[in-house]
Amino acid sequence: MSTASKSSARIKPFVRHDPLPAKAPPMAQSGIARWLRENLFSSPGNTVMTLVAGYALVWLAMQIGPWLLNGVWSADSIRDCREQLEGATGGCFAVIAERWPQLLFGNYPSEHYGRAGIAFIMLFVALAPLLFIELPRKMLWFTGLFPFIAYWLIWGGSLWVSVMALAGLVAGAMVYKRLEWRSAAGALAAGIVTAFVFWMFLSGPLVAGLSAVVPLQLAPVESGEIGGFMINFILGTTCIALSLPLGIALALGRQSNLPIIKGICVLFIEFIRGVPLITLLFVASVMLAYFLPPGTNFDLILRVIIMITLFAAAYMAEAIRGGLAALPKGQYEAANSLGLDYWQSMRLIILPQALKISIPSIVNIAIGLFKDTTLVSIISMFDMLGMIKGPILSSTDWFGVYWELYAFAGLLFFVFTYGISQYSQYLERKLATDHR
Amino acid sequence: MTSATDPSQPVFRLEMLITDTRYRGITFQIIAFFAFVLLFGWMAWNAAQNLAALGQNISYGFLGEQAGYDINQKLIPFVSTDTHLRAAFVGILNTLLVAFLGCVTATILGVFVGVARLSKNWLVAKLMSGYVEIFRNVPVLIWILIIFSVMSNALPAPNAFRGEDPAASMVMGAIAFTNRGVYIPRPLWEPGSAIVVAVFLLSILSIFALRRYAIKRLFDTGQETPVLPLSLALLFVPTLLAFFLLGRPIGIEYPELRGFNFQGGVQVFGSLIGLWFALALYTGAFIAENVRAGIMAVSKGQTEAAAALGMRPGRIMRLVILPQALRVIIPPLISQYLNLTKNTSLAAAVGYMDITGTLGGITLNQTGRSFEAILLLMLFYLIISLSIAGIMNLYNNAVKLKER
Repeated sequence: MSTASKSSARIKPFVRHDPLPAKAPPMAQSGIARWLRENLFSSPGNTVMTLVAGYALVWLAMQIGPWLLNGVWSADSIRDCREQLEGATGGCFAVIAERWPQLLFGNYPSEHYGRAGIAFIMLFVALAPLLFIELPRKMLWFTGLFPFIAYWLIWGGSLWVSVMALAGLVAGAMVYKRLEWRSAAGALAAGIVTAFVFWMFLSGPLVAGLSAVVPLQLAPVESGEIGGFMINFILGTTCIALSLPLGIALALGRQSNLPIIKGICVLFIEFIRGVPLITLLFVASVMLAYFLPPGTNFDLILRVIIMITLFAAAYMAEAIRGGLAALPKGQYEAANSLGLDYWQSMRLIILPQALKISIPSIVNIAIGLFKDTTLVSIISMFDMLGMIKGPILSSTDWFGVYWELYAFAGLLFFVFTYGISQYSQYLERKLATDHR
Repeated sequence: MTSATDPSQPVFRLEMLITDTRYRGITFQIIAFFAFVLLFGWMAWNAAQNLAALGQNISYGFLGEQAGYDINQKLIPFVSTDTHLRAAFVGILNTLLVAFLGCVTATILGVFVGVARLSKNWLVAKLMSGYVEIFRNVPVLIWILIIFSVMSNALPAPNAFRGEDPAASMVMGAIAFTNRGVYIPRPLWEPGSAIVVAVFLLSILSIFALRRYAIKRLFDTGQETPVLPLSLALLFVPTLLAFFLLGRPIGIEYPELRGFNFQGGVQVFGSLIGLWFALALYTGAFIAENVRAGIMAVSKGQTEAAAALGMRPGRIMRLVILPQALRVIIPPLISQYLNLTKNTSLAAAVGYMDITGTLGGITLNQTGRSFEAILLLMLFYLIISLSIAGIMNLYNNAVKLKER
């Protein structure tokens, strides 16, 4: 023992007091090198996949790059384009530079493009309070007025037509409010009847009288002149807006325990979902006139709006039914036990939750509907694709520039649909109240 | 007596039809029913009036009349002197053809892309999400028109294949891509070919039998059977034997350049290819999302549990993940098939003669029977949709989690 203690006294022990500074990780374990290793070259198989994908990307870039970069933006015709390119690969984007009014507005009178533009900008102002809950609620008044203003701006004519359409709705709403305490459904029916009576008997003379006194007149535009992307947009927004309430009604009808109402709703939904949209558009273009009283002549755009709305409503109904079914049964029972009647429980308890659950599917349907508005080109309406296939590609100047035109159309649709899908993801995150 | 024992029985008054919840439902239903009947009656009455004013009636006699138009792409023989009914039938077969081709291609593409999107490889995953986003966010009609335009404008004309040093040449000497369509070899069925086909089908059946036997043997004795080599042998050997023993009864007719065009083989028109590829690429993007969601829906614990049991990755995928993921994938997959089938009606945009092009297109325009033609058209699509929906329900009931 003593020798040990002696030796320990003799040898001065080495004790490090502070740790060595951490060494930088090896090159392969840090920064870009590590990321590359982990994500692209982690195994032989992975490396092969990276190389194949990289080759595919480079090939795509080689195909598209020169076409985009060498593109000719000012030329009179495709022959002019080819002369300017002198055999090199390049897009002939001059067609877009020259024909963009046709692509966007169809045959809409060019002196009124400003009107359509204002309506387009106002649409976003009107949508803003619906899309972003932080905005002041007073903006919703503008949202309510927007459809009437937009109709006036786009179709022109007397402002009083729009005002009377709105007045009919207001009259109906007032009747509904008056009678609501008695029975919600009865009040709704009374309100609808009031609005129709107003439109049928009062609005005509009132429009004539008021126009004579204060003519708030814009140059009228025929429906046939409206075309291009504008018509896709009009159809898309109108039909989505109209189909949502109709879809909710159908979904409630299908979930209801009243067998006849349920049967009618099921029949309608399954029929519409079983046939392609194009057959419904055929109905709009050739058959709908048969079902209306002899002599009535509906505008083609209106007929198409009706059919697309019915089509979308059936799909909306299924999406919302999914939400209704996903709601725990306890919610229905809780609403009942609070003594709420059917409409109250639906409006205050069930629908807010069910709609929240069905947001992703509703948005998918909205996107699909917006894309499907291109189908009207098949019943020879001049929407964006109709414009491309018809007047532009069949003109002698631009025969054969299909890539550029279709790419432009695709890009325009992509911007809007991608925007909608990004918004819906934002909304889902925002409304997520469950604890994850 | 009753009033003494049961005083709560109220007397029925007329306003209770509205105010009493017991009767209100019935009242509303009766109102709704009459409104529905009235609406339909009104529409039917209008239709009768309008048809009478035009001097028309509802009659399906036009189906027996001579069609008077030609159909380029057809699976059964059709000439312009055949009836409208036969034209509609050719159209139905064309619809089913492109729907079938589209569904198969879209499934292969969708499964591949869906799995690749989950890959650990960053580049592959990003590339695949690019494909999915681009194809999902652009209308399918634009894709159809783009691919059709490429088929009819960018490909060489048949005479580019002519001469000593042609500008274009056939792929593997058998397939010619021209702006008039793609020419592919046609199989020639000679007597005895039925036997070869029967042998082939039998060997496929026996492969399934072999698999069942192998599993049974594994469970009973614990011994493994070499399934893969045996299956491959079963697939090829008997069929090839039959083929050569019967003196090669199945021949191939190659397309050949004669005159101004290709002769022989099968001509697949650009409209069919455009429609097929566009629908497959478009629907494939949706299927990829379904597949990805399905695989992600299987919780990670399942993979880890299987690994803890000592399973190899391939078997984990095949025996644990896929069966559970399929339950999530199949229902939306079938509704994608349904969408694709309904989207085949866009054939009208490229002039492919499907049922919408024949019955709902030329027949309708020639005979002016829009009423009858559109009703038949809707009926056809309804039958297809309802039968696919029926199959889906059967499947859903079969794979539903059996909760006890």
